Amino acid sequence: MEKIKVLVAKPGLDGHDRGAKVVARALRDAGIEVIYTGLHQTPEMIAEAALQEDVNFVALSILSGAHMTIFPRVLDKLREKGIDDIVLTGGGIIPADDMKTLHEMGVGKLFGPGTSLEEIVNYFQETSKKKEVVVS
Amino acid sequence: MKSDNKIEELMEGLFNKDKRALSRIITMVESDKPEYYSILKEIYGHTGKAYRIGITGPPGAGKSTLVNILAKQIKDRGNEVGIVAVDPTSPFTGGALLGDRIRMTGLLKDPHIFMRSMASRGSTGGIARTTTHVADVMDAYGFDVIIIETVGVGQLELDVAGAVDTTVVVLVPEAGSSIQAMKAGLIEIADIFAINKADREGAETLKFELQDALSLMPAIKNKGWDLPVKLTVALDGTGIKELVDTIYTHKTHLEDTDHLNTSRMNQKKVNIIEIMKHRIENQLWLNPELEPTLKRLSNLSMEGKIDPFTAANTFLKSAKVLNVNIDASFLHK
Repeated sequence: MEKIKVLVAKPGLDGHDRGAKVVARALRDAGIEVIYTGLHQTPEMIAEAALQEDVNFVALSILSGAHMTIFPRVLDKLREKGIDDIVLTGGGIIPADDMKTLHEMGVGKLFGPGTSLEEIVNYFQETSKKKEVVVS
Repeated sequence: MKSDNKIEELMEGLFNKDKRALSRIITMVESDKPEYYSILKEIYGHTGKAYRIGITGPPGAGKSTLVNILAKQIKDRGNEVGIVAVDPTSPFTGGALLGDRIRMTGLLKDPHIFMRSMASRGSTGGIARTTTHVADVMDAYGFDVIIIETVGVGQLELDVAGAVDTTVVVLVPEAGSSIQAMKAGLIEIADIFAINKADREGAETLKFELQDALSLMPAIKNKGWDLPVKLTVALDGTGIKELVDTIYTHKTHLEDTDHLNTSRMNQKKVNIIEIMKHRIENQLWLNPELEPTLKRLSNLSMEGKIDPFTAANTFLKSAKVLNVNIDASFLHK
């Protein structure tokens, strides 16, 4: 049986990891295998960890406002490594317009403040059923 | 046909040291994909070259931090290092939070070190059922040294000892009072002890207590090897060089005394037994007749018409797991 595997990562200098931890726990409680990287990860480190762990999703938590820089860089690094079947998703303080732009670049659904854990868990479960390829 | 091509591609990738292929094959092993059996057949001849080190100990002893620095130092001695770090799967939800990477992020920049997290997925022996197979895949890929880190263990999660060449048991200074209780179990599988966080009070005392306790115990795992007790501080690197030296000394000892062959033979045996156990268990639990039969048997047992031994034998026979001479006809009345 193949389990859903998610890499939860905190990129950059932003040290607020409560959100990442809460989401990681919710995913675990939904029967998902979650690999938590800890703080201060570079895009290269995140992509390398995703490769070594062979995850289905990479979920970034960004509260610093650097999302327009970090998401595209992680996408690039994943593509550089030939990883084309991982869904890059995440959450944080991200304005709707930016979410739209990132989605057009190939990023999956992004979650803002106030999202319920149920909604997040559903997204992972539904998306892995569809085996949707987002990073291409 | 398409999947055959994929397997060939993956194996070719593995031998060409493609980390993505390695990572993919590991997922197949973990998920018990039947394709893996054909892969194992092909790669098994390429295993046996890597030296396997097990790191075990109670939760919070600093195993991951120790593995992090051990891997670096072993790499610096000219080796490619593969790491498998196991964390527990929740028996209630089947989910797992794998956090060993938090202590090992520095390794991500090193192309000679590969680290894979594993969830225990129902195994209760400190490693996952497929951890040894994952180590085999890493071995075939060409790592010189493979480090297996167990979940945080208590006294009896000892499976790692049957999967590696050198077992390092990591303790902390505060473990002092529990040494008595630990005389059976965890202490018996150690080839080397590391008292980590040795900058804290009580490290020296524990070292003496441990050496004292060990002097009263006959050598269980390998004779002619005096169990070393090393003091380490994984966070700042104190004592790590000595620990690596000791691991190498143990390796030489095993090679010189032919214990390595005995130990490897035992690893193979454990491996085969585990596969048989798993097969038999699958035959049991995946049998569609199990639930209804169990219900019938428990009812009969409730009514006092059948004892639990007869009940168990009856099912095993009807599931063709056990060939016993027992009349199971009453089941179908």
